[in-house]
Amino acid sequence: MAEPLLSVKDLKVSFRTEDGLVRAVDGISFTVDEGEVVGIVGESGSGKSVTMMSVMRLITDPNVIYEGEIVYKGRNLMGLSQDAMREVRGEEIAMIFQDPMTSLNPVYTIGWQIEEQLNEHNDLKKGQARRRAIDLLAQVGIPRPEQRIDDHPHQFSGGMRQRVMIALALSCNPDLLIADEPTTALDVTIQAQILELIKNLKRDFGSAVVLITHDLGVVADIADRILVMYAGRIVEEGNKEQIFYDPQHPYTWGLLGSIARLDRPKRRRLTTIAGQPPSLINRPRGCSFRPRCPQAFDRCSVEDPALTAKVGDGHLDACHLSVEDKRARRDATIRPELAESA
Amino acid sequence: MSAQNGGPLLKAEHVVKYFPIKRGILIQREIAQVHAVDDVSLEVRRGETLGLVGESGCGKSTLGRCFVRLYPLTSGHVVFDGQDISNLSRRAMRPLRRELQIVFQDPYASLNPRKRVGSIVGAPLAIHDMGDRRERKRQVQELLEKVGLSPEHYNRYPHEFSGGQRQRIGVARALALRPKLVIADEPVSALDVSIQAQVINLLADLQQDFDLTYVFIAHDLGVVRHVSDRIAVMYLGKIFEISPAEELYRRPIMPYTEALLSAVPIPDPRESAARERIVLEGDVPSPINPPSGCRFHPRCRYATDVCRQIEPPLVDYGNGHLAACHHPLNVDKETLARASVDERRTPEAADESAKPSEPATN
Repeated sequence: MAEPLLSVKDLKVSFRTEDGLVRAVDGISFTVDEGEVVGIVGESGSGKSVTMMSVMRLITDPNVIYEGEIVYKGRNLMGLSQDAMREVRGEEIAMIFQDPMTSLNPVYTIGWQIEEQLNEHNDLKKGQARRRAIDLLAQVGIPRPEQRIDDHPHQFSGGMRQRVMIALALSCNPDLLIADEPTTALDVTIQAQILELIKNLKRDFGSAVVLITHDLGVVADIADRILVMYAGRIVEEGNKEQIFYDPQHPYTWGLLGSIARLDRPKRRRLTTIAGQPPSLINRPRGCSFRPRCPQAFDRCSVEDPALTAKVGDGHLDACHLSVEDKRARRDATIRPELAESA
Repeated sequence: MSAQNGGPLLKAEHVVKYFPIKRGILIQREIAQVHAVDDVSLEVRRGETLGLVGESGCGKSTLGRCFVRLYPLTSGHVVFDGQDISNLSRRAMRPLRRELQIVFQDPYASLNPRKRVGSIVGAPLAIHDMGDRRERKRQVQELLEKVGLSPEHYNRYPHEFSGGQRQRIGVARALALRPKLVIADEPVSALDVSIQAQVINLLADLQQDFDLTYVFIAHDLGVVRHVSDRIAVMYLGKIFEISPAEELYRRPIMPYTEALLSAVPIPDPRESAARERIVLEGDVPSPINPPSGCRFHPRCRYATDVCRQIEPPLVDYGNGHLAACHHPLNVDKETLARASVDERRTPEAADESAKPSEPATN
């Protein structure tokens, strides 16, 4: 296999605070291949955004401590100067965020903002940049781009703003697009439009996409591979089929079970994951998920489970349960309607 | 959730809410109106959960707020528990406020950051002069326990809580006065999926314990299906379909409902790839100048000339399933023949276009 596009090796991101060291990301490794769509799933505070912000080196907090390596096309981004990093951002790796209102500048027209980015990274004449900006807006499905290019962000709806963000991100043909909860602030109908758009990007531009979300439903359709994060670590990793049809970690079961699904009979109660994520300052001994895990047993409180492959190629999980036990027990969490009707 | 039968607890009759758009510095002229809610009639039955779904800007939150008179109505009536509350004065409204409560979407913006949890949840009790200070504290602590927080949280500030916990505080505040009707305005939209499930289960438990009636406003049909007994689909200020919950999912009649259903992501890659997806083009049109005829026609894939010209009335297709569409889906010939215009809602329209036109057969 060829070199991966992006390879994160034992990344640790911590923040010094008055209360102690917050280990937001605690030793994670993964790769993203060219043209691949990787979904990162987890609850708020699981470290999924911090991980990808670190890849972009966008964390400006002076109290941040990085360890590990982020290798992009053979270069370690950790060692780059801020100037060199500026070239990577936008040109090589682009990022879109959850809230399209706060990520656009309200006092400039969107055309100005796209042209600025184009001029920053390319040597273009004035008219060229504008034409290219109009093309981009048309590509992301904004109607009447010639007119809308002179509008300000407030004149766009939430979904349209997110399209503008995507146009901005695509302006320099990045090889990697990071989308951090791109649809969380949007209606389901608009979410469907944006997901469709991201899927087409992969097809038309061949960009790799990392999609961060808290909703497994969002990645079911478009992700090739999925990483499930909990408390700053990856607890399960696998391709889409493995994660959805043979999930190994009880946390993944909880995430799957808590979705109110339209494709299954209505349940009396939704499965929940009891309690709160642990403090990232004083991690519980043993498995971090143990305090919330209904399956926990003695070993879980002593020994921290390592992320290893137990069931198949590229399907990793960090759980002490045996594969047989997992398969026997997980339906109670994921498909309680089977138990209810029995 | 529980579906007891009974008379309507709340009845909306031809409710209209327009917001004026004004221009001018000293002398403000009204230049246009936002048609937020445009002639909505519906009933909320005792003990049921009525789901109200639609995209942003469809008027569902405005309607919810009209129900509890947070906005004065432009016209129409809201009857709560047999009493017309649409024109009551602030003072006359006060005792009714105990019975009508609302839970807001944003658990960050709806709690005062400078107040402690105790005084936030206790505020309704204090305003309505219920019990002395000690009694109120006891009640608040009891409520905190009911919503899954601990009594020790009494002296904490909102910033010390996570989003899900804050939403629990909002729920406790709404329940402090033992209301009959709770309007839950997108109570879980701002939360993680796993936390959504916790809050939804909590709302279900509380409905049992406190004998509550809910109006549950949301844009996610997955969540709404789980909590609702009946569901009303809104688009641009109007109700387009209203139906018992399961029926709506099995047999959507209005194409907009069909599109909303198909937009909900399915967490199953094979099924997700297999199903036909209807991606609605564009955004909701401006409610300042709603489209002519059927308001959904510019985005509807079945739209024909009749849709552009004539506004379809709400038609009763039996089983309490009403829909307003010229090209109803999932309806067989017999039902179509039997279907009658809901006269309570559109007495004039009933004469004009007594029957929906035949679906295009070409």
